[in-house]
Amino acid sequence: MRVWSLLKFYTVLVYAFTFAPIAVVLLLAFNSSQFGGFPIEGFSLRWFRELAENEAIIRALRTSVILGLLTALIATTLGILASLALVRYRFPGKNWITTFLISPVLVPETVLAVGLLIFLRWLHMPRSFALLLIGHSIIALPFVVLVVQARLIGIRRDYEEAAMSLGANPMQTFFQITLPLLMPAVFAGALFAFTISFDNITATIFWRPSGMETVPTQIFGMLRNSVSPEINALGFVMICITVGVPLLAGALARYFARKKI
Amino acid sequence: MARVELKSVRKSFGAVVAVQGADVVFEEGSFTTLLGPSGCGKTTILRMISGLETPTDGDILIGGKRINDVPIHKRNLGLVFQNYALFPHRTIGENIAFGLKYRDVAKADMARKVTEALDIVRLPGVEDRYPSQLSGGQQQRIALARAIVIEPDVLLLDEPLSALDANLREEMRVELKAIQDRIGVTSIFVTHDQSEALAMSDRIIVMSAGRIEQIGAPDEVYNRPVSEFVANFLGASNLLDAQVISRDREHVVLETAEFGRTPVPLSHAASLGDGPAAKLMIRAEKLTLAPVGQGGATAKVENVDYQGQLARYFLRVGDTPMQAMNMIDGKPFATGETVSLLLNPDACAALPPKTGAS
Ligand SMILES: Nc1ncnc2c1ncn2[C@@H]1O[C@H](COP(=O)(O)OP(=O)(O)OP(=O)(O)O)[C@@H](O)[C@H]1O
Ligand SMILES: [Mg+2]
Repeated sequence: MRVWSLLKFYTVLVYAFTFAPIAVVLLLAFNSSQFGGFPIEGFSLRWFRELAENEAIIRALRTSVILGLLTALIATTLGILASLALVRYRFPGKNWITTFLISPVLVPETVLAVGLLIFLRWLHMPRSFALLLIGHSIIALPFVVLVVQARLIGIRRDYEEAAMSLGANPMQTFFQITLPLLMPAVFAGALFAFTISFDNITATIFWRPSGMETVPTQIFGMLRNSVSPEINALGFVMICITVGVPLLAGALARYFARKKI
Repeated sequence: MARVELKSVRKSFGAVVAVQGADVVFEEGSFTTLLGPSGCGKTTILRMISGLETPTDGDILIGGKRINDVPIHKRNLGLVFQNYALFPHRTIGENIAFGLKYRDVAKADMARKVTEALDIVRLPGVEDRYPSQLSGGQQQRIALARAIVIEPDVLLLDEPLSALDANLREEMRVELKAIQDRIGVTSIFVTHDQSEALAMSDRIIVMSAGRIEQIGAPDEVYNRPVSEFVANFLGASNLLDAQVISRDREHVVLETAEFGRTPVPLSHAASLGDGPAAKLMIRAEKLTLAPVGQGGATAKVENVDYQGQLARYFLRVGDTPMQAMNMIDGKPFATGETVSLLLNPDACAALPPKTGAS
């Protein structure tokens, strides 16, 4: 008995410790005080208003969203193609390619970031948005591949074979049968990719062209001067996006699934 | 509808030879069963005909045309799988109409054809349901409807009944055969269930380890097997070492230690070579037990497997274990009893020694 209560106590403590800072940010975002700290003086949306009027932040947000969406698009497309090749075809060196595709997860981000920069230097190319996009896509790709691959393994070949026997060519079979069955995983993979890109800071600091900020780098920059209450509001927005988008997607997926059956 | 022909087809996967020396003609409109134990290459043959695998050597002809290099979606075949493989995200109507979309069928005709196909498999009115809303047996009927609605040249069925429970299986088997009779499509059916094969087929192809052991009508492969393997695979058989004593125009006389001299009809000795050694095959159900003293061989009952109206006896004649399957007339013989074993020479077959299964 004693052991269990102790365990419960510690569990609660650990969770409190993890989530308290987030709760603090969420709370302080609505604090009307000038200073980004306790005590809370009154409820106010003032910092959100200031956030909306801060052009640098809006620009960073736009960059982050566009970057996230494009990363999702590229990583998902490549991820689907790679998964198809890895699951449906047999070719020499398959295991190596799997390892290679997954490796960005294993390599420390700093190393990856520096590596890509050196490569770029060697090609005499400047840092650019395109580089940032490629970099984020590389980081997000393994997650898409893992999710899509897992689902694809579960889709029996029978379906595709049946479709082809009925007269659909391989392309038609993919779009009529495989892709629709794969959709939940594609969706999940795209979300992963978006969130990973939207959250990323380490590699982004290395790769962004000077003058370009994403939301995380913007916050990082602002923190160097002072802890402005605006940051709390921005944190609130970020949490809403990174938590809200998957929740929304899940709800949508469930809605569509229910409608179909 | 078309005739299908395999010409010395061989298929290997790396070092594994899945099929070899397959020379078969599937006649137009016939129902042929590929029968054999797991891993003997039945599915591989079917997949080569369908175009899902390419033969390593040899040719495949459908309707007289060599189709080795024709991709599956241009072959006009109906394929039915063990797991139905209905598209889960499509309604039943869309599933059945799937193949029609790739053929020149007008929209109005499409709906009519779908309705007709559903009538044929006796499931009218389920167009708007999803596969998951049907039972296994119903799903398999839809799979069949989807395959036949395109009026395929050949219908290929890979163990379509084995996912169903025993009763349903029997019912579906009768129905499947009736549908095939009605539309008359050349059908190739894979199973490892011998009773299914015997009940449904015009012809049975018995396979073992990638080779074709025997091709023939059901009664032919059952009563006149050409090898030990076929004899053992279809039904329970006794195989006794025998010597060829003499041959005449109608019989081969075999001598066995257990039953003495037995004249086997020549038509049941087709595969017997010229040598003096042979095997005498006796079906378990063609071996009759009688109270001791009625002639034949003397046997001891070692075990009785009671099966309702039938009893299966495990016997020993001298040192030789034997099996017999008899109707129970009154009381079955008991374990430990000594009985007379009688055999009908016309129901025996003479096989060459040591063939097949080894
Ligand atoms: N894609 C493949 N790669 C390697 N070996 C294969 C492949 N497909 C089949 N084989 C091998 O070929 C042989 C024949 O397989 P096949 O599937 O034709 O057997 P089957 O008679 O259909 O058996 P079952 O009754 O179990 O379905 C087996 O030894 C199998 O392991
Ligand atoms: Mg098989």
